[in-house]
Amino acid sequence: MTGSDAADGDQEPTNDGQRFDRLPETPADREVAGRPSREEVLDWWETRFGIGREVLDGYSFWEKGAGKVWVFNGEAVDPSRVEAIGMTFLRTRQEHWKPTTRAVQRFGEHATKNVVELGPERASRFLAGEDQDLPEWDGDWGYLIVSHRIAGGTAPIGVGLYLYDELRSVVPKGSRADLPVVEE
Amino acid sequence: MNPLDRYEPLVDDVDAFRAACDRPLPSVVRTNGIKASPDRVREAFEAAGVAHEPVGWHDGIFRLPDGNPGGNWPHAHGWTHGQEEVSALPALALDPRPGDRVWDACAAPGSKTTQIADLMDDEGTVVANDNNLGRLSALRHNAERLGVTNAIVTNQDARNFSLKPLAFDAFDRALVDAPCSCEGTCRKNPDVLEEWTLDHVHGVAGIQKGILTRAIQATRPGGTVVYSTCTFAPEENEAVLDHALATEDCEIVEFDLPLETAPGVTEWDGETYDDSVTRGHRVYPHHNDTGGFFCAKLRVGGAEVAR
Repeated sequence: MTGSDAADGDQEPTNDGQRFDRLPETPADREVAGRPSREEVLDWWETRFGIGREVLDGYSFWEKGAGKVWVFNGEAVDPSRVEAIGMTFLRTRQEHWKPTTRAVQRFGEHATKNVVELGPERASRFLAGEDQDLPEWDGDWGYLIVSHRIAGGTAPIGVGLYLYDELRSVVPKGSRADLPVVEE
Repeated sequence: MNPLDRYEPLVDDVDAFRAACDRPLPSVVRTNGIKASPDRVREAFEAAGVAHEPVGWHDGIFRLPDGNPGGNWPHAHGWTHGQEEVSALPALALDPRPGDRVWDACAAPGSKTTQIADLMDDEGTVVANDNNLGRLSALRHNAERLGVTNAIVTNQDARNFSLKPLAFDAFDRALVDAPCSCEGTCRKNPDVLEEWTLDHVHGVAGIQKGILTRAIQATRPGGTVVYSTCTFAPEENEAVLDHALATEDCEIVEFDLPLETAPGVTEWDGETYDDSVTRGHRVYPHHNDTGGFFCAKLRVGGAEVAR
């Protein structure tokens, strides 16, 4: 398509950031340029964190806003007239997809890789939004699930960004907290 | 005037009622079963030295004598939600099941919506509606923190709510936790007593009737509607139910609550109400050391239809 065709409003659908649209099943079903497909989303969680497709099989995925993907477990709707369906899940339409803190807290317990477990003191610093040196991490760079030991098990706290021996906390400001260190 | 004066003829022990209304309420949290069990929450509280006491009538609800319900790891993980004891009652009365289609007509800030989702094991659909867009952002925040994935959030006037955006045309259950005069929250927010007016009672009663009517209409035959408020005013409780009985095909049903309650009243201020309003529950602060509350359960008329 030439630029002038696009300007004439040719039939190419584009992403309307104000409404929810269901993700296409596969890349071949894609009609809106740049929109991720359900298959790619499921693949991404499996490849990045080892969260099996069976964990997310029953959910539907929707885009609202540029690249913001939502996860929903209810019956599908006419998406144009609702404020929210399910919860925010994943940020796409950028080179490195980024899971949301709440998605990691909700589904991160199923992860088998790219999970960094912090001790009590580091866990509190991470939740407070502090970046910290972590040269001992020898796994992948990029977005990691950060977890800690609590009440007889582990629990995901949120998303960390690992670059150059440093673990950055990307816990959103509204979800940060200064909590006392709890020794296991 | 202090509006509590007008309810003295309704209560069994006026002195205890007034004394309870003057005491502040303890902090209370509800376990979010979507993410944790009551045992795990208790274990985490113990490890962190967070004082906690079971409420006695529900194993997932804890009183925190030292307050600060948001200052601990269970809160950060979305394992708990700060929610007053009586506020947990309407979802229990509604008794939603996994897979149900449920409407929460006045949902913000989402304490009851998220409890409903929890009782549904986060399966099925809960439609959380509120007419106040600002308060919906608090609801969204709570739903995400608690990991609720089965909620649809809508911003409509509940009195003429349209199911058009939804994939179905009737709900199995609806909760009307109505806007009200809120004297029952005076232990948390004494200002409600200062701001109280009889004009507001009469105005808000009209809104309550409109929302309850719509909820009954939007629920399938044989379905359940729960009506609740945090006011003691019969104009906003029994009178609203009486109006629904007179105008819609429905009945008030008996149900148990795990707290000490008093029955709904059939006479107030020269008016009389249908006898079945006594099946509604009045919760007075002095009976269980909680806030004040009202809760009734209705069955929508007609033969049950399987879907």
